[in-house]
Amino acid sequence: MLIPFFFVLREGGLRPSITELLTLLEAMKKGVAGQSVDDFYFLSRACLVKDESKLDRFDRIFAAYFKGVEDSLVDLMEEIPEDWLKKQAELVLSDEERAKIEALGGFEALMKALQERLDEQDERHEGGSKWIGTAGTSPFGAYGYNPEGVRIGQQGSRNRRATKVWDRREYRNLDDSIELGTRNIKVALRRLRRFAREGAADELDLEDTIDRTARNAGLLDIRMVPERHNAVKVLLCLDVGGSMDDHVRVCEELFSAARTEFKHLEYFYFHNFIYESLWKDNQRRHGERIPTLDIAHKYGADYKLIFVGDATMSPYEIVYAGGSVEHWNEEPGAVWIKRLLNTYSKAIWLNPEPKQRWEFTPSTKLTREIMENRMFPLTIAGLDEGIKVLR
Amino acid sequence: MVNTKFTGTSKYVATDDLMMAVNAAVTLERPILIKGEPGTGKTQLAIEVAESLGKPLFEWHIKSTTKAQQGLYEYDAVARLRDSQLGDDRVHDISNYIVRGKVWEAFQSDEQPVLLIDEVDKADIEFPNDLLQELDRMEFYVYETKQLVKAAHRPIIVITSNNEKELPDAFLRRCFFHYIKFPDKETMSRIVDVHFPKLKKDLLREALSAFYKVRDVPGLKKKPSTSELLDWIKLLLAEDVPPELLNAKDSRKAIPPLYGALLKNEQDVHLFEQLVFLDRRADSN
Repeated sequence: MLIPFFFVLREGGLRPSITELLTLLEAMKKGVAGQSVDDFYFLSRACLVKDESKLDRFDRIFAAYFKGVEDSLVDLMEEIPEDWLKKQAELVLSDEERAKIEALGGFEALMKALQERLDEQDERHEGGSKWIGTAGTSPFGAYGYNPEGVRIGQQGSRNRRATKVWDRREYRNLDDSIELGTRNIKVALRRLRRFAREGAADELDLEDTIDRTARNAGLLDIRMVPERHNAVKVLLCLDVGGSMDDHVRVCEELFSAARTEFKHLEYFYFHNFIYESLWKDNQRRHGERIPTLDIAHKYGADYKLIFVGDATMSPYEIVYAGGSVEHWNEEPGAVWIKRLLNTYSKAIWLNPEPKQRWEFTPSTKLTREIMENRMFPLTIAGLDEGIKVLR
Repeated sequence: MVNTKFTGTSKYVATDDLMMAVNAAVTLERPILIKGEPGTGKTQLAIEVAESLGKPLFEWHIKSTTKAQQGLYEYDAVARLRDSQLGDDRVHDISNYIVRGKVWEAFQSDEQPVLLIDEVDKADIEFPNDLLQELDRMEFYVYETKQLVKAAHRPIIVITSNNEKELPDAFLRRCFFHYIKFPDKETMSRIVDVHFPKLKKDLLREALSAFYKVRDVPGLKKKPSTSELLDWIKLLLAEDVPPELLNAKDSRKAIPPLYGALLKNEQDVHLFEQLVFLDRRADSN
């Protein structure tokens, strides 16, 4: 019976292998799990999921697949104190909306609607498109967030065992398409590591010492080598101000992760697009500017170039001389960025705007073309893809 | 009396899902990989599993410079070189210079041991791949002495990771996996209970709610974890702080006493003090 489940998991984007399925079957045969569904859930999770960012996805697939086994809706009804929900609804809903709920047939129907809404959102999210998208437009918009509220209700956890554990979705914020924390970014950036030996020789090279000593007729000949360290060099150019204000936090996180991760990290700021000069200190951006050409000359071609920006502006700012919103630029931004790209063959653009929106912003499309498609969303998944290009 | 199933110990509270993962690993004799926030008891788990099942424990702590080979054995070429210069007779037998690693020791144990490979992600990115065969077949070959070392009893292997590096798929496929999530209030009070059985109920309640309040402060770089909570309670007990002080409604005393045990980062302490200050100002207006 587990083979269909196995394939559902694979379709759902998890990648359990045959050996893992066999392990699960072996464990069940040996009676590790008892008869209860909870036991089976724990066991299959330990066998088939090896990455905490995939746990939430596993929970959702498990819930969808084993829905027939136990009707989760009944339990959900039991778990949430009704007057708590009422109170919550009063807080959140307007008079008009409350009237609509009455029209729907009271709280029982509301609960059903909530559950459906929850399912719907899961599926849409699985499909890979935006997952809190249309909350505002549907009649259930206001309590589109309430499924989360339902989850809060479970924190009281007076009888934890009553809810389906997989329905609690406790691992939600570990899903890699949602949250981007400093630690996650570091993990992603670490893939850029290139170890090399450079600098002072302060480590004993055992192999070479033995080799040389043997050649030296048995007299000790000590050989030293420099210590290994991360030799990747990174040039980070960050867009600041204007439309980037919404993305300050995520950029800060990226920046702080990059700073600890790379020994050779140089960073510069720009506004909207690259022109003839950049700056290092936002407070003195008008006074202390560094010519872009100097940067290209100073830092060697082995540096990897990362732009971070939403690329949302008027297309004139990219293609016309004098298009910049801040100053008169003699040459268009596109020329300047191409100069940089000529120097640095390894370059990517990270865009904090959701990928679906790129198509609708002409400047983003244009930037993407200039970058030869090397534009990636600023999420862990996007960062991963980008890092692959940089390597 | 030796248990065959792990159910937590008098000092360690295991949740149902953790017990299931551990027992599956014990039954099938496969490694189990434990991940989770720092301070949630990953390393402690191996120690407690060994204790509750009455098995010997071998600990192998991984550092950034650790090589897979060091867990198996090392050939001490320098000692042999020195002996050869001094004309020592030992030099003729190469096995005198084979230094056994933790994995070898565990393989040689008379009864089934527990082997802890702590913080596997600290090592080089290729480290787990170098151990695949050894963990799978529980045997390895010593080239210097042309000897095959095979585990007398397949050890229960507990591997912990802090997620600093991603582990290779081939390695993951051979393990069971468990992510220790941060305990909820109920589990947390059970945990505190096993550590401080005589703790007054009201102090525990106040301490826990103050603790979760600190955890909820947005923007903390390092949220306090279980081990920090236990340290803090230890301090509170030592200083004999009355429970009322912990959650004083009077916001002038809103900073929990001895909070240095909870916040380990000066930026966090600063942020926390600022929030309390803002809170106080809002109250006085």
